[in-house]
Amino acid sequence: MAPRKRPKLAVWKFSSCDGCQLSLLDCEEDLLAISEAVDISYFLEATRKPAKGPYDISLVEGSIATAHDVETIRQVRRQSRTLITIGACATAGGVQALRNFKNVKSFISRVYAHPEFIETLDQSSPISDLVAVDFELRGCPVNKAQLLEVLSATLNGRKPNVHKHAECIECKMRGNVCVTVAKGEPCLGPVVQAGCGGLCPSVGRGCFGCFGPTETPNTAALAEKFAALGLDPRDIQRQFRGLNANAEAFRKESERHGN
Amino acid sequence: MTRISGTKVVFGRPELDRLIALLRADGYRVIGPCIADGAVVYDEVTSTEDLPEGWRDDSQPGRYRLDATGDGELFGYGLGAQGWKRFLYPPRQMLFRAEKAGRGFRIQQRDDDGTPPLAFLGVRACELAAIGVFDRVFHQKGFEEPGYLRRRTDALVIAVECARAADSCFCVSMHTGPALPAGYDLRLNEVVDGTRHVFVAEAGSERGAALLDRLSVDVPPPALVAEAAGQAEAASRQQRRRMDPDVAGILARSLESNHWEEVAKRCLTCGNCTMVCPTCFCTTVEDVTDLSGNNAERWRTWDSCFTIDYSHIAGGALRQKASSRYRQWMTHKLSTWHQQFGVSGCVGCGRCITWCPVGIDITEEAAALAQAEGTSAAGQGHLAESPGDAGQGR
Repeated sequence: MAPRKRPKLAVWKFSSCDGCQLSLLDCEEDLLAISEAVDISYFLEATRKPAKGPYDISLVEGSIATAHDVETIRQVRRQSRTLITIGACATAGGVQALRNFKNVKSFISRVYAHPEFIETLDQSSPISDLVAVDFELRGCPVNKAQLLEVLSATLNGRKPNVHKHAECIECKMRGNVCVTVAKGEPCLGPVVQAGCGGLCPSVGRGCFGCFGPTETPNTAALAEKFAALGLDPRDIQRQFRGLNANAEAFRKESERHGN
Repeated sequence: MTRISGTKVVFGRPELDRLIALLRADGYRVIGPCIADGAVVYDEVTSTEDLPEGWRDDSQPGRYRLDATGDGELFGYGLGAQGWKRFLYPPRQMLFRAEKAGRGFRIQQRDDDGTPPLAFLGVRACELAAIGVFDRVFHQKGFEEPGYLRRRTDALVIAVECARAADSCFCVSMHTGPALPAGYDLRLNEVVDGTRHVFVAEAGSERGAALLDRLSVDVPPPALVAEAAGQAEAASRQQRRRMDPDVAGILARSLESNHWEEVAKRCLTCGNCTMVCPTCFCTTVEDVTDLSGNNAERWRTWDSCFTIDYSHIAGGALRQKASSRYRQWMTHKLSTWHQQFGVSGCVGCGRCITWCPVGIDITEEAAALAQAEGTSAAGQGHLAESPGDAGQGR
C-alpha cells in the first residue's frame, strides 16, 4: 500500500485553561504514534513553528468570550476540513459561562484595578454557537483515551465510539457502589454523559458533571432526589451550575431553583 | 463418602476457612461477599476474614445502608450490590483482534479470556435462579455463547440460604426463593446463636460431595437441622413486596397505558436497573482501530435499553421517549421474556428497586398498571413514536 500523506493537525485555543490541549500532550507513549499519524502543523503548546493552513483536522479548545474569539473561530473554520471541539469550554461555554447568569460588567469593575483594559463579551458561548462543528468531545478536561479514539476514528473514516448515555453505566461497569444510594451523596451521574470512567464515585464522592448532560437528561427528577437528600434550592442550583452550567439542560434546571 | 443431597453435615467457621483454602489450592478464584464503599460487593476472598462479619443490609427503594449487628454472622446480609453477572459475563469482553493484510484483515480469534475457574461463595436462591436464566439465554441452540459457557461450566457454586429478607426482596412472588432448590454444588445454612456458629451443609453435585469429603464434619443433631430448615420460611414471612402473579398479562395489555408517562416523569433513563439486574444480558459490539488503521479490535460491552443508541436503526432511534424505554425494559423482563426463553426474566432480587437512584419500584409499577387497566386511553397514540416496539431484547 502506498504511504498516505499525513493529514495536517491544528490545535487551537480560545477562552480556556489549556487543560484539554495538555491532554493531547499527556498521551505519552501514544504521542509518538500521533505524530506519526498526523503532521502536527499548528500547536503552540507543543511547537513554536506553526505551519500555514488549510488543515485537515482542527482540535478547538475554549469558549467564545471576546470579540477577538468571534473573529478567530471563523478563520479557523474556513481553514479546517474537520473541526472537532474539545472540552467543556468549547462544547458548553465552560465554567466562565457562569457570567451568563449575571451582569459581567459588575464583576469587571470589582475584580480589576483597571476595568477599562478588559474587553469581553457578556456571554461565554460554545464554539457551535458560532460555526459548524463536526464533532464535540466533552469533558473538563477531555479524557485522553476518548481523545485518541476520536482522532483514530476521524483518521480512519469511522464513527467514534463515544457514548451519550449516563455516567452510571460506566460507573456500574467499573463495579462502583452507587454513592447516592449507599451514602446519600448527591451525584449528577444519572444526568451526566459518560466519558471519565466513573472517576469521582470511585473515590466515594458524587459526580459534578464534567462531561455535561446526557442525551435525555431528566434533571427535574434528579433535582427532586437532591431535595429529598436535604439539599436546599440554592444547593440544587449550584449542583447544576458547574463546569457545564451553560449546557441547555443544566442551565434550565438551575434556573428553576434558588432564585 | 458423602452422598449428593439428603445427607446433611455440620461444621464450624475454621472448616469454612479450610474450604476456601482448598478451593484456592485447587486453582479456583474464590469470589464471595466483602465490604467495600459502604456496601456488600462480590470480590475475591482468601479467608472468612474477608467476609462481612456482623453486617446486615437495609435495602429500600433508592436507599441502601449497612447496619452493624455484632452477632458475628458472615452471611447476615441479603445480596451483593451487583450479582455474579460481572464474573460470568464481564462488562467488557474483547472478541478478537485484527491486523491489516493486503486489502482485508487477518482475524486473530480470541478463544479464551484466561479467567481461572471461579468458585462463588454465598449465592442466594434468587441469584441461582438468575444464573439459570442466563443458562437459557446463552445456551440456545445456534446461539451458544462460548465464553459464558466455559466460565459457567467451570464455576463452582456454594449457595447460602437466606435467613431473612430485605425490604426490597420479592422472590416469594417470583417462585425463585428464598428456599434453595437445586443447581448448587454445595448449600449452606448459617446458624448463629449464643453458643454456636455453625454451617449446616449439603452437597448438590459430585463436585460438592467430593469437597465435603475433604472437610472435617459432624452429623448435625435433629434440632439443628430443623432450625436450619426453618430459616427460609422465616425469610418468606418477612417479605412485604410481591409481584402481581398476572404481570405478564397486565403488561401485554398495557402497551398504550397512560401510566408509562407517569413513570417517565421519575425515570432518569440512567440504566442503573439494567446494570444491576442479574438477568439483563444486552450488549453492544464496537470496533476500534489504532491511529494507523492497521490494527483493530472488536469489543463486546454491556449495554442498556435505556440508552438512545440501543434502539438506533437506519433512520434513527426508535425509543426516544423515556416512557417507551421504561416500557421496553419492564415488558421484556416480565412479559415477552416468557415467549423468548420460556421463563420470566425477573427473579425478584429487588436490586432494580434498591439501586434505582430515585427508587422506582417495579412491583409498584406493575400494581399501578394493573389498576390503570380499563382506564387507559388505549389508541390515543401518546406513545405513537414506537407503536408496538415493546418486543424482545436483542
